[in-house]
Amino acid sequence: MKFTLSWLKAHLETEAPLADILATLNTIGLEVEGVEDRGAALASFRIAHVVEAVQHPNADRLRALKVDAGDGTLLSVVCGAPNARAGMKGVVALPGAFIPGTGITLKKGEIRGVASEAMMLSAREMGLGDDHSGIVDLPEDAPLGESYVRWAGMDDPVIEISVTPNRGDALSVHGVARDLAAAGLGRLKPLVEPRIESVYPSPLRWEIDDPRACDYVIGRAIRGVRNGPSPKWLQDLLVAIGLRPINALVDVTNLYTHGLGRPLHVFDVAKVRGRTLTLRMAREGESLVALNGKTYALTPEDGVIADEAGPESLGGIIGGEHSGCDEDTTEVFIECALFDPVRIALSGRRHDIRTDARARFERGVDPALPAHALDLATWTMQEICGGEASEVSVAGTPPAWQRSATLRFARLAGLGGAEVAADEAVGILERLGFAVEARNAERVTVAVPPWRNDIAGGGGLDQAPGLAPERARAAAEGCAAVEPEADLVEEVLRIRGLDRIPAVSLPVAGIVPPPALSARQARAVLARRVLAARGMLDCVGFGFLEAKVAALFGETPAALRLENPIAADLDQMRPTPVASLLQAAARNAARGYPDVALAELGAAYRDPSPEGQLQVAAGVRTGHTPRHWAEASRAVDAMDAKGDALAVLAALGVPMAAVSVTADAPGFYHPGRSGVLRQGPKTVLATFGEIHPRVAAALDLAGPAVGFEVFLDAIPEPKRRKKGAPDLPAFQPVRRDFAFLVDAGVSAEAVLRAARGADKALIAEVVLFDRYAGDKLPEGKVSLAIQAVLQPREATLTDAEIEAAAAKLVAAVAKATGATLRG
Amino acid sequence: MSDDLDALRGETADALAAAADLRAWDAVRVGTIGKSGRLTGLLKGLGAVPAEQRKERGAALNRLKAELEAAIEARRVALEAAALEARLASERMDVSLPPRPHPPGGAGEGGIHPISRTIEELTAIFGAMGFRVAEGPDIESDWLNFSALNIPDHHPARQDHDTFYLPAGADGRRPVLRTHTSPVQARTMLGQEPPIRVIVPGRTWRADHDATHSPMFHQVEGLVIDRGITLGHLKGCLIDFLRAFFGIGDLPVRFRASYFPFTEPSMEVDIGWNRKTGELGKGGDWLEILGSGMVHPRVLANCGIDAREWQGFAFGMGIERITMLKHGMPDLRPFYESDLRWLRHYAADPLAPPSLTEGV
Repeated sequence: MKFTLSWLKAHLETEAPLADILATLNTIGLEVEGVEDRGAALASFRIAHVVEAVQHPNADRLRALKVDAGDGTLLSVVCGAPNARAGMKGVVALPGAFIPGTGITLKKGEIRGVASEAMMLSAREMGLGDDHSGIVDLPEDAPLGESYVRWAGMDDPVIEISVTPNRGDALSVHGVARDLAAAGLGRLKPLVEPRIESVYPSPLRWEIDDPRACDYVIGRAIRGVRNGPSPKWLQDLLVAIGLRPINALVDVTNLYTHGLGRPLHVFDVAKVRGRTLTLRMAREGESLVALNGKTYALTPEDGVIADEAGPESLGGIIGGEHSGCDEDTTEVFIECALFDPVRIALSGRRHDIRTDARARFERGVDPALPAHALDLATWTMQEICGGEASEVSVAGTPPAWQRSATLRFARLAGLGGAEVAADEAVGILERLGFAVEARNAERVTVAVPPWRNDIAGGGGLDQAPGLAPERARAAAEGCAAVEPEADLVEEVLRIRGLDRIPAVSLPVAGIVPPPALSARQARAVLARRVLAARGMLDCVGFGFLEAKVAALFGETPAALRLENPIAADLDQMRPTPVASLLQAAARNAARGYPDVALAELGAAYRDPSPEGQLQVAAGVRTGHTPRHWAEASRAVDAMDAKGDALAVLAALGVPMAAVSVTADAPGFYHPGRSGVLRQGPKTVLATFGEIHPRVAAALDLAGPAVGFEVFLDAIPEPKRRKKGAPDLPAFQPVRRDFAFLVDAGVSAEAVLRAARGADKALIAEVVLFDRYAGDKLPEGKVSLAIQAVLQPREATLTDAEIEAAAAKLVAAVAKATGATLRG
Repeated sequence: MSDDLDALRGETADALAAAADLRAWDAVRVGTIGKSGRLTGLLKGLGAVPAEQRKERGAALNRLKAELEAAIEARRVALEAAALEARLASERMDVSLPPRPHPPGGAGEGGIHPISRTIEELTAIFGAMGFRVAEGPDIESDWLNFSALNIPDHHPARQDHDTFYLPAGADGRRPVLRTHTSPVQARTMLGQEPPIRVIVPGRTWRADHDATHSPMFHQVEGLVIDRGITLGHLKGCLIDFLRAFFGIGDLPVRFRASYFPFTEPSMEVDIGWNRKTGELGKGGDWLEILGSGMVHPRVLANCGIDAREWQGFAFGMGIERITMLKHGMPDLRPFYESDLRWLRHYAADPLAPPSLTEGV
């Protein structure tokens, strides 16, 4: 919403400087988007009188002037302009002034022995054009000492505010002025109430065929008008706020659209077919060529204004080209209607038409204003275009808008936290146009002004579907009881200034707060930290990616494909964060960084339900480990990814002994170099492995790449229980090594598990310390060397006991895996 | 079709089937459609065919050419797939092996993303004020994302949100990617009795992509519902947070009236800064940083809360925005690009999480 300062002052009697007006607009919720003030840079320049002009004693091309800047003292000015002469009026800059055209700040000086105490300005020096042929030469009657910009009419800044969706009334200069007046910045000037003489019956009559199209409409014709370009003041006004002047009749409607927030439309009576304008819903197949030159295919949900031949206007949104007014119009018919805000919003959105009329109707216009607005428009059109007015044609009934609201003064503190005197609160409401109906020490009841459809409007509940009826009813009653009052509290606090409400720290239940994170949430934070501490960089990736890429990683159900993606490569909710991370790794490789370790704690999407969104700790490693003298660089491998996944599981309290590996990892992994970490047969805790060469190639990843995903939702909540007493046996453990020869298909885990299980009381720990497969072994065989720790508890082990335990272990491993002890 | 073409077709098919590897396959390819391949020869000989038969024979040859090329290509795909299968089978390893005892490449290179860090910091600060963290899904119903929050279908605010939609489900309504964290307000109010004191950090989505907008970004929502909570508490809570988060004890904070469908009264909050240098806390300029207000009675009613008994406030702010301001980061886009160099520069030490005792 744009307006000029002078336009505002036509509605607001105020002496407040612009800065105060802007600050107040910001405070009361009419946020200033920008101010264009051409005159600001020239504000200090005054109209001056050149009293004397003589040749400079020491310079041929200069003159020495005596200039009166308005305060009676004569200033000595050295000037090079050829047109400088005694008796002329010009514009003077005094020392300290910034000269826009030259970029310097003026100082007193002396030029070749003559003092120069000021400067006479050219148009170029003022930044007002290229003319530098001489100093500005003003007419004789220019007032001495007056501000130049004020005299030249350039002191009219254009203010742009953003109006929030609830404030249809502030989409008008009059409404803005009313708010400013309420905030103490001046007095709202009442609107003119012209008396229109109706001298003939209206040539057109209204008919409301369908109340959905319109509730209430009035109109009036003026015959004998001379349409043409608007007077300059009106054109200037419209141009200043970014509108294009069309012709006087149309410009007047725009004047009131912006001045009063009251959109109007004008029909050329001669172009209307038939004598009736009907408000109805559009029919299938009808279309409208609108004033913007575009053709719109109308739907039965659009309200239109039609004549005998069809729609002439998309009511409340945009007029039709056919019956619009032009230079040849001699009889005009002014439409002033009330449309349903919701229908206007939906129609406007359906056809993607953004007009000033729509913006106002969809927020709601003043339902009590039509008659007055019609008179004002008639009056202004007659002033400009002449002609005589017809009687007013009416259809429908004005809607009932009258309602009251009550404010208990205590609620200003109870809800708003501000102690406001009752008189102050009532004063603000009255200045906003609320009329006091009743008042006592505790409360005031006010009539809501018709232009504030956002106050005590009621309705609009859309309660949760599953709410218990009792609870729903109580909640609805509660809302009805407090909402109008909250509306009034907001008005008082808004106008008074929210900065004046004292800030109070939130009271806390106890000085030591309870944990902010649930156990589940804390796990996620810990998982991220564990991975970062393992050298991985925590990333944040988009949750969607290209469907084709997503398909490399799993299912891509249509239910997870965006209907309106912002880009073709961001259209599918990702099946796993591993996908985003591998894309990131490829980008890094393309920049010359092929060795990365990236992790993300993010979502994987299985279906659109809340349960279909999984919380995953994922990571990828690509390339090689760093080069170092003490440790050779090597390619990353599946064991690195397994190590990452196990580290997360261990940190989150998963008992490692309960975790097993199966080889059925998802298809984006190398089928022979990947696994699934499970707890029991059903629960999948994690997947890990080398990335399938086909997937890596599709993502342009050249080097080795491994990844993992840990499903945090699958990890059971750790039980908070006290730890048992530690196991601290009095006897030294005995360590024994065994080397087994097994078939290549036998898993190390099977060997370790069998060894551990051979004597659970005695064998405390088993670790694999060597794995060998090579030409010293029979074809298809692998050597696995393990160390078992035997922990005696009763007495030191005898050699015989150790031998017996070893034999038991070898037998158990042999039985479970077919292993033989290596010679 | 003439016999010689039939023969070529049959023999080529047999040869392709017999080609056990890509080398053998290439020999068949060259021998058939290579420069001096059999089919190429037949095509070259077309000129010698009598004019009345030339047209028919030419068409037949072209058909055969297309057929053979397709067969050759299909065999290549099959052989490559088989080669890959063989390679994958030969590369099989024992994944039950215990992993190495330490991470590859050492720990020092790792770090926490600035967004994660900010979420940890604000959790610590709001946690001290008695807030707990609530969460909700990224894919929401339009009721939770809009209607519950007093944004009906026709509301102009719906257009401002640039919503991403998913295909309609069984109920005929299209799920949305949540445009703000506010639906978790409704989830929380429906899921527990007041008093409520939650913050909701999380991913949010809007169809907007340029230097200052990302289609996915992060917000933190705050919701307090209790008896006797006023706008004064909202101001106090936000001032306390902003000063602690930015570490500026006298950070100027300004409150301006505004409008959001889900709060009343509503206000926007500005902090003091220097527009030219970006320095926070001084300089006389104001920077809009978050929106807030008293929870609208209709939102309470939609979520089954009796506004005569309970009232409270809500706020929402952009996590990227406060992160950029705190660290003087000029650009939004690198947050999501996972550029190693950027991450290393801005990442936080995982072993020094924010704590109120050590400072956030």
